Amino acid sequence: MSESMLRIKNLNVSYGAIHAVRDVSMEINRGEIVTLIGANGAGKSSVIRAIMGLVKAHADEMIFTSPRDNKEVSLLGKPAEAHVKLGISLSPEGRRILPQLTVEENLALGAYIRDDAKGIAEDIEYVYSLFPRLKERHRQKGSTLSGGEQQMLAVARALMSRPDLLMLDEPSLGLAPILVDEVFEIIRTINSQGKTILLVEQNAFAALKAAHRAYVLEVGSVGLSGTGSELLNNPKVRAAYLGG
Amino acid sequence: MNLNIFIQHFINALSLGSLYGLVAVGYTMVYGILRLINFAHGDIFMLGAYFVYFATIVYKLPWAVGVIIAIILTTICGLLVDRIAYKPLREAPRISALISAIGVSFFIENFAVVVFTGMPRPVVQPKILMEPIIINGDIRLIPLGILVPVVAFILVAGLLWLLYCTKPGLAMRAISFDIETTRMMGVSVNKIIALAFGLGSALAAVAGIMWALRYPRVEPFMGMTPGIKAFIAAVFGGIGSVPGAMIGGLILGFVEIMSVAFFPTLSGYKDAFAFMLLIMILLFKPTGLLGERLEDKI
Repeated sequence: MSESMLRIKNLNVSYGAIHAVRDVSMEINRGEIVTLIGANGAGKSSVIRAIMGLVKAHADEMIFTSPRDNKEVSLLGKPAEAHVKLGISLSPEGRRILPQLTVEENLALGAYIRDDAKGIAEDIEYVYSLFPRLKERHRQKGSTLSGGEQQMLAVARALMSRPDLLMLDEPSLGLAPILVDEVFEIIRTINSQGKTILLVEQNAFAALKAAHRAYVLEVGSVGLSGTGSELLNNPKVRAAYLGG
Repeated sequence: MNLNIFIQHFINALSLGSLYGLVAVGYTMVYGILRLINFAHGDIFMLGAYFVYFATIVYKLPWAVGVIIAIILTTICGLLVDRIAYKPLREAPRISALISAIGVSFFIENFAVVVFTGMPRPVVQPKILMEPIIINGDIRLIPLGILVPVVAFILVAGLLWLLYCTKPGLAMRAISFDIETTRMMGVSVNKIIALAFGLGSALAAVAGIMWALRYPRVEPFMGMTPGIKAFIAAVFGGIGSVPGAMIGGLILGFVEIMSVAFFPTLSGYKDAFAFMLLIMILLFKPTGLLGERLEDKI
């Protein structure tokens, strides 16, 4: 039995009268890539935003166990900035690069909670080794980057807080197919270097191939769950998300 | 007009313009972050001047001590305004915060009338700042006229250093583009917003104090006109841009002083020039001189 990093029981998110997430339960274990797939509007982003503390969530429990000290902490009611300090970070949907800040400043912002200048410098070199394109453009403003470069920067920025749990919301959205493969390759690399990853994706095929386990969201609730390869071969999943 | 008189007007314009600039910086910082026009900013300026009056004339403290106390108290007032009137409305539609700002402005002005009375009060003018220096035969300069722009430039340079070379500055710039993303980077947004209010209020206090020294008096509505003009300066320079606010303030100061210097018959229209400037910039370059197109926040 592997160690749990995030355990969610009966998560609910509502926006006014709209009940976007209904009783979602899921678990992420240390070292895994877990993916949350589902159609547009199924509530994937709401789940990830609820975990990050960006939307009001109700749940029986939402427990994060930090590998740093093995302490169980409830994430419910905590603001987003507290999550970063616990070791959770998010590369948000739509990249959300700060357009007027340079690549370097965006990365520095990702490391905002840290004070170890030396460690930060090392990590900047580390993310540049993952994404050499960012190094070439380190003095350019975020707004001048291409979509793919912005996506790389969003992932790199999320790594700068040295998170234990890295959450990626739609990292392949809007990217050219060749870049999609590259992004998933890098996600696997980051995972193999020890980061636990929660991946929210519309590109179910690529996500399932990369993930250890997966949950399928259907209009707000978990319809199916299993290992990545199980779901890849599941006829229902194939019909609904993988084009038959 | 001979050169000597021109130089005198020039220093005068520089001095007035940098006061507008200092106040404008406060508007621009808060607007950049919250998209809120802090109508109470001119009244914060007034409070700064009053605190100096109380410290030096009523409590007879040494002038320098009085100034420091006044800056601190004004900063606290600025923080309180944010805490009481704006923070509870962060998630509310922006118009609510704007209405709240107008309310706070009226409240402070009328509170001042009740507590301080509407009677103008004198201000201690330290001799060292007021003894005219005669240069080149007939240029009469008072040291205050030179001190004002020097202080203003040092403060704005310090602010730019903070914005571009420190972590809180980075967070402040980031918040002005995207509050939510900045939060998910671990920034305590409310602390940074408070920092912006605190800095803006401290600068307004300095401006209010120097303003009171120039005209030597304080009264409860003294913040209204400079406040509106500084706001115009911030819009002119490009609201959201700190260097823009300073440049806008200087331009406004020069337009005001020079128009009267060259066309003395128009002196009655002095204030109208500021609004003309506002209308022109809104017609021809709505983003202001250094402004970037700001998208509405969702």
